[in-house]
Amino acid sequence: MMSTHQLKLQQRNRLASGGRINRRKPLIFNFDGRRLMGYEGDTLASALLANGIDVVGRSFKYGRPRGIMTAGVEEPNAVLQIGSTESTQIPNVKATEQSLYHGLVSSPVNGWPSADHDVMGLFGKLGGALMSPGFYYKTFMWPKSQWENYEKFIRRAAGLGKAPTKPDVDRYDHMHHHADVMVVGAGPSGLMAALQASRQGARVLLADERSEFGGSLLHSLERIDGMEPMDWVESVVNELSDNPKVTMLTRATVNGYHDHNFLTISERRTDHLGDTSPDGTARHRFHKVRAGSVVLATGAHERPLVFANNDLPGCMIASSLSHYIHRFAVVPGNSLVLMTNNDSAYQSAIDWLDAGRKVVAIVDTRKSPEGRVVDLALERGIRVLTGSVIIEAKGRKRVSGAVVAPINAQGTFVTGDTRWLPCDTIASSGGWSPVVHLSCHTGSRPVWSEDVLGFVPGPTTEQRYTAGSISGKATVNECLADGASQGRVAAAAAGHQSNDDINLPVAASGNDVVGDTMPIYLVPHTKPVSRAPKQFVDMQNDVTAAGIEMTTREGFESIEHVKRYTALGFGTDQGKTGNINGMAIVAKSLNKTIEETGTTVFRPNYTPVSFGVVAGAHTDALFDPQRFTPMHTWHLENGAQFENVGQWKRPLFYTTTGETMEEAIAREQLATRNNVGILDASTLGKIDIQGKDAREFLGRVYTNAWAKLAPGRCRYGLMCGEDGMVMDDGVTSCLDENHFLMTTTSGGAARVLSWLEIYHQTEWPEMEVYFNSVTDQWATMSIAGPDSRKLLASLTEIDLSAEAFGFMDWRAANVAGVPARIFRISFTGDLSYEINVPAQYGLHVWKALFKAGAEYNLTPYGTETMHVLRAEKGFIIVGQDTDGSVTPEDLNHGWAVANNKPFSFIGKRGMNRADCLRSDRKQLVGLLTTDPSVNLPEGAQAVRDPEQEIPMTMVGHVTSSYHSAFLGRRIAMGVIKDGLQRMGEKVYFPLVDGTTVEATICSTVFLDADSTRQKS
Amino acid sequence: MFLIHCPYCGEHREEEEFHATGQAHLPRPLDPDSMTDEEWGHWLYYRKNTRGVHREMWVHAAGCRKFFNVARNTQTYEIYATYKSGETLDLPENPTVTETGSILNMAHGASDITKEQSS
Repeated sequence: MMSTHQLKLQQRNRLASGGRINRRKPLIFNFDGRRLMGYEGDTLASALLANGIDVVGRSFKYGRPRGIMTAGVEEPNAVLQIGSTESTQIPNVKATEQSLYHGLVSSPVNGWPSADHDVMGLFGKLGGALMSPGFYYKTFMWPKSQWENYEKFIRRAAGLGKAPTKPDVDRYDHMHHHADVMVVGAGPSGLMAALQASRQGARVLLADERSEFGGSLLHSLERIDGMEPMDWVESVVNELSDNPKVTMLTRATVNGYHDHNFLTISERRTDHLGDTSPDGTARHRFHKVRAGSVVLATGAHERPLVFANNDLPGCMIASSLSHYIHRFAVVPGNSLVLMTNNDSAYQSAIDWLDAGRKVVAIVDTRKSPEGRVVDLALERGIRVLTGSVIIEAKGRKRVSGAVVAPINAQGTFVTGDTRWLPCDTIASSGGWSPVVHLSCHTGSRPVWSEDVLGFVPGPTTEQRYTAGSISGKATVNECLADGASQGRVAAAAAGHQSNDDINLPVAASGNDVVGDTMPIYLVPHTKPVSRAPKQFVDMQNDVTAAGIEMTTREGFESIEHVKRYTALGFGTDQGKTGNINGMAIVAKSLNKTIEETGTTVFRPNYTPVSFGVVAGAHTDALFDPQRFTPMHTWHLENGAQFENVGQWKRPLFYTTTGETMEEAIAREQLATRNNVGILDASTLGKIDIQGKDAREFLGRVYTNAWAKLAPGRCRYGLMCGEDGMVMDDGVTSCLDENHFLMTTTSGGAARVLSWLEIYHQTEWPEMEVYFNSVTDQWATMSIAGPDSRKLLASLTEIDLSAEAFGFMDWRAANVAGVPARIFRISFTGDLSYEINVPAQYGLHVWKALFKAGAEYNLTPYGTETMHVLRAEKGFIIVGQDTDGSVTPEDLNHGWAVANNKPFSFIGKRGMNRADCLRSDRKQLVGLLTTDPSVNLPEGAQAVRDPEQEIPMTMVGHVTSSYHSAFLGRRIAMGVIKDGLQRMGEKVYFPLVDGTTVEATICSTVFLDADSTRQKS
Repeated sequence: MFLIHCPYCGEHREEEEFHATGQAHLPRPLDPDSMTDEEWGHWLYYRKNTRGVHREMWVHAAGCRKFFNVARNTQTYEIYATYKSGETLDLPENPTVTETGSILNMAHGASDITKEQSS
C-alpha cells in the first residue's frame, strides 16, 4: 500500500500553492478500487482531476470512455456511486457537487468490468446503427413478450447506479421559513440582492448550492472595491450574518419553485463530513419557504460547442478550467487548445498559462474578435487562430490532439485545409445559457433572446425578479448593479421601501469591453454530419447531432417529441449543457429559428434530491398518526392481534394459548353465541347533533324517516349520496327532542361529518343545527350473547327486562359507578347492549365487566369475529358489501327508505333514475356452497353456466365469506344480477386454480330469521 | 402549494390546511323529483373544465371547517379572491388579484400591498 507521501505525489495535476483547499488536511479516498489523496475543500471531481484520473465512467448507450467535463451541477459525465456500506449507498452523485471527505468510497455507475476496460464499449463501436435514436422503440419493443428480457440487458449494460439494499441509518428533517425576500444563488448578483434587501430591513433568505458563497467569484481574479474577490464576498457575508433578519444556507439547492412563491430547498448538511452523519445531526434538511418576493440569481451555465469526438476525456467546458485552477489549485492537463465563440473563455486560457502549463492555441470562431480580453491574451504571447474551429478531437482514452480548420463567416462549412494541433486538453465555450429552470417551474415559459443567445425567464404571475447573468448580464459590474437594483425592488414589493442611495461596489475589471458572441452551436466538419465521427450534444444520454438530424428526417418536428425520441435533456443533468445546442440543431435542420423551435419545459427538481429529505422525519412511527382506544393497554396485555382500520389499531382476535387464528375466532364466536362476548367498539364514528332543526336535518341526509323517533329510542339509518348509492350506515339515537347521537362506520366518521357540514353550510344554512365529533370522547363496549343481560344487571341498577328496556331503546344509567349511556342495539343478531362511558372511564368499566363476567365466561372478541357474527345475521358492512354502485334496494334494504317524506332527501332522486329501478341489477344475496366446508373467496366472480366458453358471462361476485363456527359451515354474501328473484337457484364460481365452486342463492339472514334472540 | 385566504378566519394559510371540493355555485335543485333523468344527471355529474377563471369550493379542513368559494385561474394558478358560502362575487373581464387572493407580502398584511410588475 502506498504511503501518504507517495499518495501526495500522485496528485500530479495539483499546483504547489493556491486554491481554497486546506493542504494541512489531506483526505484519503477510494475511486474504483484505487486509494487516492485530496484535500479538505476539494470536490470529488477536483481530487480525481488532481490525481490525473481521465476516465470516470462509460457512456450510457455507446460505452465510450468519459471524463469530467464541468465544475458544477451541469456535469453530465462524472456521475458516480458513493458509499462504503450497503446502507449508505448513493447512486447518481455528481462528482462535481460532492465534497471530498476522508474515507470516501466511489465507483463509476457505468462500465463493466470497470470504466477503464469496458465490454459495452465494444458494443458501442459495433452498434452505431443499432443504437440509433428511438432505439428502444425500434429495436427492443418487438416482440413485446421479450421486453422483460431486453430490459434486464439494457439496465445491466447501462448501469444506472444501484440502490442501497439496507435501511438508511441517517436522519432527515424539514423546516419552514417565511421570508420577505428569498434570494436564490449567492454569486455577485445574489449577494448584492440579499445585501440591498437586508439593508432595507427585509427578512432575507439566501441559499446557494455550493459549499461556499461567491458563485463565479470563487474562481475570479477581479478585485471588487479594491479587495480580492473572495475577500469582498467575505465582507458581504459578514454584514449579512450580523443581521438577525438574514438566514444564509450553503450546500442548499433550491430544487423547486412552486405556486404563490413557495420554494423548496434541499440542504446537504453532512454529506461533506462522511459516509454517515455525526450523531444527532440531520443529514439532509428540506426547507419549505414562503416568500413575499423571490430574486432568482441562478447565473448561467457555459455550454460547449459541438464537434466530432467532443466526448473524449480531456474535453472540458472553458470556464471549468479557471474554476479548477483558482478554487482547487488543480490544472487538469498539460497542453491546451481552447475553442470559443465569445470573449469570456479567453480568461481560462490566460489562467492556464499563468498556472505554468502550455496553451497551444485559442481557436476563435469569429473572424475579428474585438474584446479587451483578446488583447490581453495576445499580449501574453498566446497564439489566436481566428475564423477557425476545432472540427474533431483525436485520442483514445484522452485527447491527444485537435484537428483545426478555417470556416466561413456563418460557421456553416469548412473553407480550407485542416491542421493537427497536439494537446491533451480541449476546452470549448459556446456561450452562456441562463439557468432558467426554476423560473419555469410555476408555468412561465422562457423566451429566446438574440442578444444573449439563450433562453431568459419569461413573464410570470409570481412576485419574482431576476438578477445577473440569468438575465443575460455578462460582466461582474453589470451583475453587481443588477443584483442591487433587483434586491431593492424585491424588498420594496415585500413592504420594505427605501429611498436611500444604493452603495454599489465596483469591480476593477479589464474586461468591460466585451465583443459579440457568434451564434454557432454545431461546428462544421469536412464530412457531413451523418458521416463525421460522433458529435455529441447530450453526453449523459449519448445524443449526437446526427441522431437529432435523423429524428427530424423521420418527421419529429416538435421539440418535445424530439426530446422523447432521442432522450435529449433526460437524465440527472436535464440538458443543462446540451439543450440549447440540441435545439439549435433541430432548428437548423427544420429551417426554423431557435425561437420558433422553442424549448422543452423544466420541472422540479432542478437537481436530484434524496428520498430521505422528502420524507424527513415522517418515517416509521411518525409516518402516520396512530389512534388507540381507551382500552388499548388491556388488549395488549390480553393477547390481542391488531389490525389497522384507518389510523385505528383494533383487536382482530385474541389469543394467549398459542391457538391459531381460526381456532381463536371459532372460540370467540361460540362463547358469544352461547354465553356472552365483548367487543371494543370505541372506534365507531360518533357525531353529536343538536339544534331545533336537527330532526329535520336527519330526515334530509338519511333515507329513512326520523320525524317520530322519540327520546330514548334508536334507529338504524342508511346514508346515500345524491346518486342514490349507499355511502354510510349506522344507528342514530334520540337523546332529547333536539339532540341526537349519530354513529358512523369507523372509517367513515370524518367523511360523514364533512358531508353534514357541507350540506348545512352551503345548501341549508337557515337550519339551526350543530355537529360535533365526539368519537374520542366516548369509550364504547358492546356486550352480546344470551348472558349479556345478566352480566349488565350485576353492574347497573336500572330495569333491564325486555318490557322496560326493549330492543332499539337507550337508557342513561350508572354502569360500574360511572354515568353511562346504554344502547340496546345489536350488530350480532344476539341480545346485546352497547355501553358508552366517558373515555377516561373506559378501562375501568371494561375491567369491571370482566370481573363480573368471569362467571359467564365473558370472552373478548375482535373484528374478525364481529364480521362473522354480523354476516350470520345478514348485517352489511358499507365498503365491503357495497362499492359505491349499490342502492338500498340492491341491498334489499328498501325498508330503510321512506319515499313519502315531504323533503326530497339526499339520494332519493338518484335512486329513482331509470337505471336504478331496473329489476336485474346486482343485488345482495346469501350464498351457501353445496359443499359446506368449501371456501368461496371474496371477490370470486359468479356465472350461471360453468360450461360456457371463455369469456364467460359474469353475473356478480362474492363480497363476504366466512366460516361460521355456530352454524358449523361456510357462509357467504355476494351481489348477483337479479339475485333477489332467484332464491334457490345455483350459481357457479370458477376459481383461478381451475376448480369451480357451486353455491345456492339464499337469504342473507343465516341465523334467527324471526329475531327472537335479538329481541329476547 | 397555494397560500389561501380563509374568509372566515381572515388569514392566509398554507394549502395543507384546506381541501378542494369541486366546482362552486352549483345549488341543489329545490325540487329534484320534478326533474327528468337527464336534467338530474346534468346537475349531478356535469362539471366545467375551465381554462382561465374558475370558481371552486374549498374547505378549511384543518382550521375552522368552513366551506368557502375561491376564484382561481386554472392556467396561472392565481387566486383572485376568496369569499364566503352564499356570497357572490363579480369579477371584471380581466380580473386582478385582490386582498383575499394570492398574497404578495406576509410580513405586513394584505392591506398595504402594492404589487410591482416583475422584471
